[in-house]
Amino acid sequence: MSANGHKSAAVQLDDVAFSYGEATFRFDAAFPAGAITAVMGPSGSGKSTLLNLVAGFEAPQSGRVLIDGVDVSKAPPAARPVSMVFQENNLFSHLSVERNVGLGRSPSLKLTADDRAAISAALERTGLAGKQKRLPRELSGGERQRVALARVLVRDRPVLLLDEPFASLGPALRADMLDLVADLHGEKGMTVLFVTHQPQDAERIADHVVFLEDGAIAATGPARDFFAGTGPEAFQRYIGTQDGRSRDVARKPT
Amino acid sequence: MRRLFSLLLSVAAVAAFAAPAAAAEKLTVYTYESFTSEWGPGPVVKKNFEAECACEVDFVSVADGVALLNRLKLEGASTKADIVLGLDTNLTAEAKETGLFAPHGEVSGVTVPGGWSDDTFVPYDYGYFAVVYDTEKLKTPPASLKELVEGDPNQKIAIQDPRTSTPGLGLLLWVKSVYGDQAASAWAKLKNRVLTVTPGWSESYGLFTKGEAPMVLSYTTSPAYHMIAEKTDRYQAASFSEGHYLQIEVAGITANGAKNPLLQKFLTFMTGPGFQDAVPETNWMYPAGKTDKPLDPAFDKLVKPAKTLMFTPEEVAKNRKAWVDEWLSVMSK
Amino acid sequence: MHSFRRNDSRITLGVLALAFIATLIGGALVGLLAAGAGDLSGAVSAFDPYLLRVARFTLWQAALSTLLSVLPALFVARALSRHPRFFGRTLILQLFAVPLALPALVAALGVLALYGRAGYFAGILSSATGSDWPGIYGLSGILVAHVFFNLPLATRLFLEALQAVPTDQWRLASQLGMGPAATFRLIEGPALRQALPGIAGLVFMLCITSFTIVLTLGGGPAASTLEVAIYQALRFDFDPARAVALTALQIALTAVVVTLLARLGADMTGESSLSVAPRRYTTPSVAGTAFDAALIVAALAFVAGPMLATVAAGLQADLARLVGEASVQKAALTSILLAFVSAVLAAVLSLALAMARRALALARRNGPRSMLEFFTDTGAGFVLVVPPIVIGAGWFLALRHLGSVFGAAPVMVAAVNAVMAMPFAIRAVRPAYDAASERHERLAAQLGIAGWNRFRLIDWPVLRRPLATAFAFAMALSLGDLGVIALFGSDSMQTLPYLLLARMGSYRTADAAGLALILGLVCLLLVFAADRLGKERTA
Repeated sequence: MSANGHKSAAVQLDDVAFSYGEATFRFDAAFPAGAITAVMGPSGSGKSTLLNLVAGFEAPQSGRVLIDGVDVSKAPPAARPVSMVFQENNLFSHLSVERNVGLGRSPSLKLTADDRAAISAALERTGLAGKQKRLPRELSGGERQRVALARVLVRDRPVLLLDEPFASLGPALRADMLDLVADLHGEKGMTVLFVTHQPQDAERIADHVVFLEDGAIAATGPARDFFAGTGPEAFQRYIGTQDGRSRDVARKPT
Repeated sequence: MRRLFSLLLSVAAVAAFAAPAAAAEKLTVYTYESFTSEWGPGPVVKKNFEAECACEVDFVSVADGVALLNRLKLEGASTKADIVLGLDTNLTAEAKETGLFAPHGEVSGVTVPGGWSDDTFVPYDYGYFAVVYDTEKLKTPPASLKELVEGDPNQKIAIQDPRTSTPGLGLLLWVKSVYGDQAASAWAKLKNRVLTVTPGWSESYGLFTKGEAPMVLSYTTSPAYHMIAEKTDRYQAASFSEGHYLQIEVAGITANGAKNPLLQKFLTFMTGPGFQDAVPETNWMYPAGKTDKPLDPAFDKLVKPAKTLMFTPEEVAKNRKAWVDEWLSVMSK
Repeated sequence: MHSFRRNDSRITLGVLALAFIATLIGGALVGLLAAGAGDLSGAVSAFDPYLLRVARFTLWQAALSTLLSVLPALFVARALSRHPRFFGRTLILQLFAVPLALPALVAALGVLALYGRAGYFAGILSSATGSDWPGIYGLSGILVAHVFFNLPLATRLFLEALQAVPTDQWRLASQLGMGPAATFRLIEGPALRQALPGIAGLVFMLCITSFTIVLTLGGGPAASTLEVAIYQALRFDFDPARAVALTALQIALTAVVVTLLARLGADMTGESSLSVAPRRYTTPSVAGTAFDAALIVAALAFVAGPMLATVAAGLQADLARLVGEASVQKAALTSILLAFVSAVLAAVLSLALAMARRALALARRNGPRSMLEFFTDTGAGFVLVVPPIVIGAGWFLALRHLGSVFGAAPVMVAAVNAVMAMPFAIRAVRPAYDAASERHERLAAQLGIAGWNRFRLIDWPVLRRPLATAFAFAMALSLGDLGVIALFGSDSMQTLPYLLLARMGSYRTADAAGLALILGLVCLLLVFAADRLGKERTA
């Protein structure tokens, strides 16, 4: 795929059913191409599961996952036009920054001169210039996530999934990172699904909101409606009683 | 991966090169390890016979006489052995039953205690089982099997398991030949003197030389090794008034081997000085054939049994299992 | 969490590894059964009252040996893991691999040199007990020797499990101010508990098949094992059907015990994250340190004692002459080559199985464990209770019609040794692989890093150290092997232990002691080399 194309692809979950242990999920939703959609909802409502289904880490028991109109339900993760940034474990700890980013270009790390140029550019773009040779443990938490974003850049896939990638960063840093994502989105125009607990994060960059409850989609709509106080009642309850703070922001020990 | 492969190849090559070229006339001899080891009779025998026959002797060795018979059973008729050297008289009946052996033809000059008349197996050496003791630990060794059985239980002996070891079976037969039906009660008494029952001769002899036990079941010829090779009189065999049990080591021709023209020549060689002179001080047994060299004076100091005890191979084959079970039931109480 | 694993190449590799193992064991059993099918009377009559007594004693001594080896090892491993840096620690761990390489007879003599009737401690023990020290013949001797072999083994394996605990957990422990007791209960305990069934099973299998130790130190045929009966069935009675029946009994008994052991374990799936340099954050108290030090010193003394006795005996030998002998040099080279090849093969097999197990576990999520998964884990360990003589004899029977058995000897010896070493190697490799997979699985899947690339770039750097441990174990085991070589060995292929026993068998006890020393040194050298291999390259 080309490194400069402004590509985007609609993501559609066509009556997808999935269960894990006692929990059952049923998703039927469309994510518009080229937009940033915030995926929100209480803990256990299925946010991460939804992303995992799109990424290919989980297989639907029934229904289809469509990306750009193509059924990818049976495709392995790497074969899907998707990049994903996790909350943690985005980097291989024994590989340098450069090589971690390089893996986005070639899973065997056989890099051409073009690849190297793209990697340098991506590191430059994400503010990591000069840190090519560092190991992940020599970086701060924010820098590590920047490396992951640099890899997203060189990978250049039309869909980006963000699974609470900045949850463990401080407010100012988080704002910086969100702006970076927004900028990258502006440049590349990819379809972004963004799981977050922070309403202000969603408000800052999202065009749309998908709100989940009890393993199903409870509401969808433009972000401005949700945050203007005219959103669905369940959503109001979610952010209202939480006063904008998630009760389980520290759900995962880090 | 390539490196692993080349290593595998080289290991295989080590084995391949060791197998001699098939061009010259060849005699394949199956025997036990201590025969072919560099300090055993093997190297001398090979050198002497190859000089005589302008042929090649190929030794294949396994752990001991029992393993030898098993190797033969495992290989069956497809065995490469021309001659099997190192069975003892406790195994010959069973060996004959395999049907893998052929009669040996004319052989002369063999002398073993009690005489020899078997048409399949030819003796090449013999020895007597004996209790060997440490003179520094034991001032008055038992003078008879009875004294051994009834003596001070604090003076221990290390013996071998008749289920796994030739000397172990030897002691079992020795006790049986002396005590007959009373063997079980003899073992019940002897049991208190037994330090431990090892799987093989090496373990018990090791315990003995380490000083763990003042006595061990071995051979009358064992002291000769210590006297000649180590120049010490410390370890001696006890002479038993009831007599000592005899072990005769024999060679047999396989059906395939009978067709090998070298074979008769080898049998003649085996019972002559070229082979027999090597036996006493490499195999530490008595020669069963003609020698040119007199025995080392140390052999004169060895115990000469007043009486030779031995069951026929057929008796052993018939009763071995029942006798071992009897031993087991007493010893495992 | 990952469902697209049905065509995972790791499973294919694991299935191939299992097929290799199954062929090796199954082929032998088929060979024996084919030869013994004609006469099954021996198999039936094998089950007499004596056999029942033997079976009972076999289980009893193996259970006690396992308990006495594994329980102290838990604490020694914990002590070693709490003090990751002190002088001599590396050497202790290297020494702990040596007993595995010592032939049982050498170890037995080493143990007796201390605790025997004529041992170094006999004088003290005699005056302490007020009567002549009777030695440790009987159950106590068997236990001491088994603990000598297995305590160091279990310690190293437990340590491997503790080192796979994510750094974050240690951090969390120190942050929460956990004391030693709480740390043990909440962090070390669960990690050890997860490793316990596997390691205890391994030790149990080694003890249940013990042969020379049990007979030599057991004091008489009352102390006997099933392995002896199997050996007897093949060696003296040449009754293949009986040997197979007894082997089946041995496997069945082991299976029962291993199943019971598995209940002690807990499936712990820890959340792990980016691992920083392995580091402990808790500083043990003075009393704790003293306790740990005492434990380590006691374990070291127990293990090093018989080794020192072996060294002392070995120094009496004419070492210069021995080293100069062509046969010794050739045997040493053969030993090293065979051990190296076996160890590589064992490492490959265990890695393939560990990978396949992980892939299968991921694919099934919470569902029940498949047979395949069982066999990639505990199941493969059962090869340990198939006596080498059974494998050897079976293949001999199977191969005898196919030309030279001796030609196949080096391959057979290397293959059987590798398979016998695999259960040890797997214990070292699996925790590390699972922990690495926990961290990297999704990322690797997302980026499409699979197969050889994944191994080269992702797994190898993380697995270097545990693989080196596995390699060292496998090498030590193959170095000390006598079972397989005894059947397949010929004059063209003599190893050091083979030569050692041969010298012992012809009165040359001093030579044998010298060879034991050389064997120990060779093993230490190889373990040292494996450790170096496992060190991360300094970038």
